[in-house]
Amino acid sequence: MITRRHFIYLLPAAAVAWDFVLAGTPEAAPNYTQTDHWWGMLIDISKCIGCGNCVRACSTENDVPEGYFRTWVERYHVDDWHMESPKVDSPKGGKEGFPPSSYTGGKNFFVPKMCNHCADSPCTQVCPVGATFETRDGVVLVDDTYCLGCRYCIQACPYGCRFLHPKKHTAEKCSLCYHRITKGLTTACCENCPTGARQLVDLKNPKDPAIEFLKTHSVQVLKPHLATGAKVLYNGLDGSVR
Amino acid sequence: MVGFVLFLVLRAHFVPRTFGQYGHYRGAAVGELSSKPVKFAGHQLCEGCHDDVLKVKSAGPHAHVNCEACHGPQAKHADDPGEFKPQLPDTAVLCARCHEANIAKPKGFPQVVSAEHSSGVACKTCHIPHNPKQMPGEKHS
Amino acid sequence: MPVDGFMYPNEVELQWSVLIVVYPFLTGLVAGAFILASLERIFHVEAVKPTYRLALLTALSFLLVAPMPLQLHLGRPERSFEMYLTPHRTSAMAMFGFVYLWYLMAVLVLEIWLDYRREIVLLSQSTTGLRRMIYKVMTLGSSNISDEALRVDDRVGYAITMIGIPSAFLLHGYVGFIFGSIKANPWWSTPLMPVVFLFSAMVSGIALVLLLYMASMRMRKRPIDMRCVDKIAQYLLYTFIIDFTLELLDLIHRIYEADESFRSLNFLMHSKLYVSQILIQILLGTLVPIFVIGFMQFVKVPEAVRRFLYAVSGCLTLVGIFAMRWNVVIGGQLFSKSFLGYTTYKVDLISREGELIAAGLMILPFIILAILVKLLPPWGEEVRAAGLAASAQAGD
Repeated sequence: MITRRHFIYLLPAAAVAWDFVLAGTPEAAPNYTQTDHWWGMLIDISKCIGCGNCVRACSTENDVPEGYFRTWVERYHVDDWHMESPKVDSPKGGKEGFPPSSYTGGKNFFVPKMCNHCADSPCTQVCPVGATFETRDGVVLVDDTYCLGCRYCIQACPYGCRFLHPKKHTAEKCSLCYHRITKGLTTACCENCPTGARQLVDLKNPKDPAIEFLKTHSVQVLKPHLATGAKVLYNGLDGSVR
Repeated sequence: MVGFVLFLVLRAHFVPRTFGQYGHYRGAAVGELSSKPVKFAGHQLCEGCHDDVLKVKSAGPHAHVNCEACHGPQAKHADDPGEFKPQLPDTAVLCARCHEANIAKPKGFPQVVSAEHSSGVACKTCHIPHNPKQMPGEKHS
Repeated sequence: MPVDGFMYPNEVELQWSVLIVVYPFLTGLVAGAFILASLERIFHVEAVKPTYRLALLTALSFLLVAPMPLQLHLGRPERSFEMYLTPHRTSAMAMFGFVYLWYLMAVLVLEIWLDYRREIVLLSQSTTGLRRMIYKVMTLGSSNISDEALRVDDRVGYAITMIGIPSAFLLHGYVGFIFGSIKANPWWSTPLMPVVFLFSAMVSGIALVLLLYMASMRMRKRPIDMRCVDKIAQYLLYTFIIDFTLELLDLIHRIYEADESFRSLNFLMHSKLYVSQILIQILLGTLVPIFVIGFMQFVKVPEAVRRFLYAVSGCLTLVGIFAMRWNVVIGGQLFSKSFLGYTTYKVDLISREGELIAAGLMILPFIILAILVKLLPPWGEEVRAAGLAASAQAGD
């Protein structure tokens, strides 16, 4: 909690940073060293309420075209122990929340999905020109002034998180709100998640609150058998989740 | 031979200057991508001015619900509060997004079937949005 | 929404269209036609000699058209040169750009030039006007067609063909690797993919040359050399058996291991891909030609009937191999990577990636071939006549 005293110190710094934030000049953010950070995200399934705030916020923050998704939420229904055939739906990616479920029993939960910013990313491996790449702070980005739109990366992503922008005709995906996290802000989805189910984590920062959580809970990644080095860590991920 | 030399010359001309700076990509792209404009201000900035709301919110169950989760992107407002005034969200629509009962929501999460709970009356009538547990208003049957 | 079950929201729309089906089909024909030509040159299979030059020209026509579907399909075609400027060494697609360039310039064009050099020089002296200019350019300044020079040509041509065979394998094997190396897609990801692609390419190339040879002879009202087509059909049969064995191996392996993708893929094969895979590719496109040609190896059939059956088998083969490309490329995008659903492929008729363009791209190589055949006649008799006329002229 910020008291009035803290505020007096913070305000000038915030003002300076704010000017920069709104200026949008094409220089690297000041006071940010890439090699000091290694970004990931923590998603707590037990807290997700499927409100869709994250999808809407991401869409607004990143001008995501209608019908395409940088992040989305899936709703799972698992009949008891039938892990290999869950019933899944994601109406408009969960952007407008979810209608009432037609199921009355079994296990039901929400799973937010996004780019996993893989450390051994198969999408950057196949890009023929180097238009998509992994930064030194662990974020997989797309250079849309260089991308040819060959869509090889979209085919290579096991998680379905990429799409071709219908107007720019280049590949696009979650950028982990790189323009925010390099300025000390959190991602748009985490900022707007009302329950704290989504939390940005700097895996190189021992003081990051999520690090303690990671040390004391069992977390999973999606499709671990593909060894992509995924950095979106799920708490409470059921075995039926694909 | 000539073709190869020509190719090298053309290549030097067309390959972007910063390519290869950090890896097999255009180095300047990192700077470009990190300097895009921000639309959500972030709760710390809101709290800088609106600490009265912060006090009310911190005492209740919405303590960790960030301002823009309900009020929408307010970076423009934070930059020029006089010029850009946020619109108050309509509680008849807003609250149901989180609190409408759904079997997939975690069991402990407060959820109601709005038709039975309030029969279409706006949530604001009985609940203060910033702290829904504080001083509930008159209940309508 | 044309979705059955569940697909990740971004997966519903297919990324690689029918153009990406046309592309491996065209490069496959190139590799297959070239390898047939090499049979004569390297392995001295005299019987197929009448088709040697025709096969080379066919390979060239199709190779020239092959990059067009790729260009048309790119989101930003104007940036395609970036693949040559900053190729990403870990990307099969980037490396393929160089394999293609190598094969076009260092193998195919060079081999054709060397084989035709004598005729080009003679024709540059005996023709007039625009044609004379074209031939003059093609001589690349050299007009030495002495016996010594021609012997050198022959030795160099032999060496190029030797390099050419593995190059042709690389050309189409790479396309198979582009698909086979995608671990995200279990329909594509298998080490057999480059090999299956290569053998099906050889099958399609051999079938195409067979059909083109018979059609050209018909058009020119010349007799078809039965020894030649019988031999070609034999090679078609052998290659087909290997190809089918490999595809069957993949299928059996999948069914036996039944991993997490199996149920979804199995359902796909029996529903959306039933017609294109089971009926067209396997039954009509593979089993019928194998059986028909195989039958003719053991039972003597009159010439006219043989010709007819070869033509039918050739056509069925080409349709079947196209279906195979379709089933791999389109089929691989019809199911969800969650293995919980399927989508549909909506083909547009008139659009940059539509059916009309695809059809056009498949006809264009034949038009180019017609021009090449006019410019560089692959038929022995006409060339000899032109040569005689030219030497007579030079003699005066």
